Amino acid sequence: MTTEIILILIAVIVAPLLGGLISGIDRKLTAWFQSRQGPPITQGFFDVAKLFGKEKMAANPWIIFCAWVYLVAAALSVVLFFLQSDLLLIFFVQAIGAVFMVIGAMSVPSPYSQVGAQRELIQILTYEPLLILVFVSIYLATGSFQIDQIMQVEQPLLFKLPLMFIVLGYALTIKLRKSPFDFSTSHHGHQELVKGVLTEYSGPFLGLVEVAHWYETILVLGLCALFWSTNILAMIALLVVTYLAEIIIDNTMARMTWRWMLKYVWSVGLALSFVNLIWLYAKV
Amino acid sequence: MLKSFIKKSRVKSPWIMHFDCGSCNGCDIETLACLTPVYDIERFGIVNVGNPKHADILLVTGTVNHRNKKVLKNLYDQMPEPKAVIAIGACGTSGGVFREAYNVVGGVDKVIPVDVYVPGCPAKPEAIIDGVVLGLQKFAEKVEG
Repeated sequence: MTTEIILILIAVIVAPLLGGLISGIDRKLTAWFQSRQGPPITQGFFDVAKLFGKEKMAANPWIIFCAWVYLVAAALSVVLFFLQSDLLLIFFVQAIGAVFMVIGAMSVPSPYSQVGAQRELIQILTYEPLLILVFVSIYLATGSFQIDQIMQVEQPLLFKLPLMFIVLGYALTIKLRKSPFDFSTSHHGHQELVKGVLTEYSGPFLGLVEVAHWYETILVLGLCALFWSTNILAMIALLVVTYLAEIIIDNTMARMTWRWMLKYVWSVGLALSFVNLIWLYAKV
Repeated sequence: MLKSFIKKSRVKSPWIMHFDCGSCNGCDIETLACLTPVYDIERFGIVNVGNPKHADILLVTGTVNHRNKKVLKNLYDQMPEPKAVIAIGACGTSGGVFREAYNVVGGVDKVIPVDVYVPGCPAKPEAIIDGVVLGLQKFAEKVEG
């Protein structure tokens, strides 16, 4: 019981701090790629603290409610992950957060927000089936959706599901809103969408969304960590390499259209999944 | 402790919004040059946002005329407090050589309160960065006062 409470506390407090640091490292590395100096790695915390100190302006009460639901859903999914709960339950809880984000953006008449919401829906439509396929293939390889049982495998999952890790990489890139899939909102707010789904969020509510995004970063990296759960050093190395690859892709790719994303990610994702699953069965 | 951290963060994370009231593009190019690797204002936590609802500092270039004064006022009103306004270039501060023209209202301060004036035609990127730093000091005083 006490270990569970400690795990919950770690998930609620340490996870967003780690997520904020990762976002700072991301910005620093991006600046380095562009031969700039870049902001300090603690910049994310300054940004959020400043946002919490700003005037509360909201177009309607839905925006406030949706920002809170997004935050609670993201935090709860990380808590469930740390408690080694069911993968499907975690999937549904994080999906609720994603959907409320869209509802919040749709509750205001701003055209930027509306277009951002539509694009966010298409993004959700693209990555959720792939995420489900990743979870199902983990089930097929280990015989369980429970994280504590998945962690007991002797051989790293990566050896059995190498292609599924790439599929998870696609879902990760979309979920982290990185190029070439960053079309519902981008890091560069002055682009054509003026921040898309986040257009109408301002001040403290934008801060809530930002903290929720840190939770989600940790959740998705946690899912990647499941692929090498046998050795802690190898797990960290895998996460570092995966996130570095994300940053490089973000910096080298231009933004594409939603049609391209849907066609490309679904065809490649489904093909990789089928090949991997057939290979898994052929070996068994 | 939390309050002092928030106060400190305000100065460390100023998000700027840039609005052009019909400038000749000289000051705009110099403003955008601040974002390039040469000046790299992102190292001070400054981000160029396109949305008044996310912005802390409004950079205005060009002469204000009767058509765009409403837009300027609207953008200013949409920014949540605390906020600061910086008028850039001769046109932004006073109307510059166009101040006598029939369609020109004058400087930015005729429409919204201005905290810092950055002179020059066009204003140099160094002067704009100086202006933003001065704006941040005023911004901190305003919050405390």
